[in-house]
Amino acid sequence: MADALISLYNVSKDYNGSEAITDITLHITKNEFLTMLGPSGCGKTTTLRVIGGFEHPSKGEIIFEGVNINNLPPYKRKVNTVFQKYALFPHMNVYENIAFGLKIKKMDHSDIEKKVSSILELVALTGFEKRSVNSLSGGQQQRIAIARALVNEPEVLLLDEPLGALDLQLRKEMQLELKAMQKRLGITFVYVTHDQEEALTMSDTIVVMNQGQIQQIGDPEIVYNEPVNSFVAGFIGESNIVTGVMLEDFQVELAGKNVRCTDKGFFRNEVVDVVIRPEDLKIVKESEGIFNGIVKSAIFKGVHYEMVVFAQNINWIIHSTRLQPVGMNVGLNIDPFDIHIMKKVMAS
Amino acid sequence: MVTGFFKRGYLFLMFVFLYAPIIVLALYSFNSSRSRGSWDGFTFQWYLDMFQDRHILASLYYSIIIGVAASLVATVVGTAAAFGIHNMKSLPQSAAMNLTYIPVLNPDIVTGISFMLLFIFLHIRLGFATLLLSHITFNIPYVILSVLPRIKQLDKSLYEAALDLGATPNQGFHKIILPEIMPGVITGLLLSFTLSLDDFVISFFTTGSGVSNLSITIYSMARRGINPKINALSTLMFVCVLILLIIVNVLMSRQQNSNNSRRLGNV
Amino acid sequence: MKKNWAAYPYIFWIVIFTVVPLILLFYFGLTIKDSKGVVITLANFKRFGEPVYIKVLIRSLILAAESTFLCLLLGYPAAMILADRKLNFKSTMILLMVLPMWMNFLVRTYAWLTLLEKKGIINMLLGYIGLPPLNLLYNDFAVIMGMVYNFLPFMVLPIYSVLSKMDHRLIEAAEDLGANPLYTFRKVIFPLSLPGVTSGITMVFMPSVTTFVISRLLGGGQYTLIGNLIEEQFLTTGDWNFGSAISIIMMLIILVSMGFASQYETHQEGGGLW
Repeated sequence: MADALISLYNVSKDYNGSEAITDITLHITKNEFLTMLGPSGCGKTTTLRVIGGFEHPSKGEIIFEGVNINNLPPYKRKVNTVFQKYALFPHMNVYENIAFGLKIKKMDHSDIEKKVSSILELVALTGFEKRSVNSLSGGQQQRIAIARALVNEPEVLLLDEPLGALDLQLRKEMQLELKAMQKRLGITFVYVTHDQEEALTMSDTIVVMNQGQIQQIGDPEIVYNEPVNSFVAGFIGESNIVTGVMLEDFQVELAGKNVRCTDKGFFRNEVVDVVIRPEDLKIVKESEGIFNGIVKSAIFKGVHYEMVVFAQNINWIIHSTRLQPVGMNVGLNIDPFDIHIMKKVMAS
Repeated sequence: MVTGFFKRGYLFLMFVFLYAPIIVLALYSFNSSRSRGSWDGFTFQWYLDMFQDRHILASLYYSIIIGVAASLVATVVGTAAAFGIHNMKSLPQSAAMNLTYIPVLNPDIVTGISFMLLFIFLHIRLGFATLLLSHITFNIPYVILSVLPRIKQLDKSLYEAALDLGATPNQGFHKIILPEIMPGVITGLLLSFTLSLDDFVISFFTTGSGVSNLSITIYSMARRGINPKINALSTLMFVCVLILLIIVNVLMSRQQNSNNSRRLGNV
Repeated sequence: MKKNWAAYPYIFWIVIFTVVPLILLFYFGLTIKDSKGVVITLANFKRFGEPVYIKVLIRSLILAAESTFLCLLLGYPAAMILADRKLNFKSTMILLMVLPMWMNFLVRTYAWLTLLEKKGIINMLLGYIGLPPLNLLYNDFAVIMGMVYNFLPFMVLPIYSVLSKMDHRLIEAAEDLGANPLYTFRKVIFPLSLPGVTSGITMVFMPSVTTFVISRLLGGGQYTLIGNLIEEQFLTTGDWNFGSAISIIMMLIILVSMGFASQYETHQEGGGLW
């Protein structure tokens, strides 16, 4: 890709014969907030470490601004990392931590001081220069770690689950702050997380990974609304995933019924995954929907109720703001464009 | 790869430095020539001589008796003391701990001399008893220091759970607390035994005529120059240590395996 | 579990065998027995101020410092290599490093006698390549070799244990911020390993400065370190008062230097990183 800042071409990395990532091809453009999302062990952190230079790929190429950087050591790369659990130097105070990279560049003493104080202002910790990093709270350490990386004005900032150690409230605040910071500074962020909500909130682009491979790349809405397979659908948001048979274009056999849909291009009688979001299932009067079933449970979830309706031998999860009493016979309806048909993925 | 080669080479030289003296010692113990300038042929003569040397046999006997007795007594006293210290209020506790550290931190020669002054002041004749008492005394702190962390780590609710399930305090102590701190107790025991076997300085000042351990015997023989019997004795000691370490390692890895399988079984 | 009484036998034991002996040591150090009886005096300490004795003290301190420095120089790289995560057969290597410590201290010292003596193996090898034999035994060199050989593992192990527990991400963070391996070592790895270095230094320096065995066996009869001086007072000269005074001085030197070291360590560990 012409406008890519960093490109990975068919990158694999194996440790003693077992591959942590396989055949990763990925383009990161300037100024974008790209998130790698997946369960633990999916290879997202390995991919980040390959970009950072802490691991060297076994196969494939990493191109940075048109140059192959496969074997460039970390200290020669124009990227900086915010580590999981921060990795602040415990024997240095806040100032020394942030100034670490600048001192290596042999910058003027007074310039360093200016830069440190302005970056501290950016992360809202003005006046913390002389504090010991061990005396800071988790959230403050987090900000120092970000400041320490950003002060070097990297082309790309790599963030490895940086909010993982914070409590929920602080995490939400930091998500918004990070996003705002990225927009203001115009730096490319490559962000690793296993939290799908975090990914949806912050990203311009989401890369969903599983078992060392990329499943889908797209903006948050695409990945949420049009997941390419049942893994992505199941990982991002809640979903009802059932097996169906594609009878012909726009016709799928689903839980024993023929249902209209908007998908085409499958083989006749191809077995497929059918994904339906819980909020897309509508409860209607008995016999007025596609299926008839009985409400088995209902839980209040704050904004909506989560109900389980048993119909056609399947437990359907339904989100609705209107409560139906447990034991009631109801009908279920689905709009054709809310039915997502996907190629069956091999059992994982 | 070059740095890897360099690193292995450095470690190799390190091990040559650490083991060459011992290996040379062992080789000479089989040399039939008394003067070490030449190799005159292979012999077991020095080993036979060693086993006929009353002095060496007696000191071997004392070393083992003192080692076993001192480590056992120190382990019992030290374990009890660790419980007592753990339950003290903070002020007497820190006083007790500071006193405990004194023999650990004090140079051996000072400890040895102060023991000697004590025994002479109390009119106890220097000999087996004073040697044993000194060894027990310098061993106790090491037992306390290896048991105390275990007691601190103890989950109090384990003991309470035992009482809740109908165990008497005594049963609770024997069935729950003791097994939990056992690794620390064993460490303390082994440490005491080895320290006791290894000690020279304190023994040197606290023993009397007729009673000496291996260290003292080697010292007095070595002061008169090289003696092939010491070579034989040293080689034998090295082989014993080696065998003991291998046994301990095998046992530990086996215990770890059974622990793992037990844990898996519980899941 | 309120077994407070469990400590009573131990307290009794401590008082008899630790407190009373120290009191006796101070009693002897602070008194002199003359014709009129026992007199309290500082004369023993004053006597130590004589140039003969001060020379012995300085000589002991210098020899111990030299061997400690050598141990650090040899031991630090070894500890680093052992702590390397990519090292093969790591546990065997560490066992090999520890094993000599399980050998009897006297045997370890005696072994150097066989190596260094006039007809020893080193001179034998020198002879083979046509060089004249060297006087290796009964000098400073022999004493320092004995100290380094005996105490080297005490330097390696604490440094190894700190290095192997060090958070690897700190090293990665330094590289990420542009530090090359040398800079990373100077600014991150070495400063963070200082607690191990200080405890290694104390563990080597303390037995080196107080030894009388190594100096007697490898340094020969005329060779005097402060440990030999004390031994002489008690076992040859019979001047217990002067011997006690020297012991007290030595004890104070050791305790003060350990106090410094431990203060430094707690300062470093303030963050509770390990």
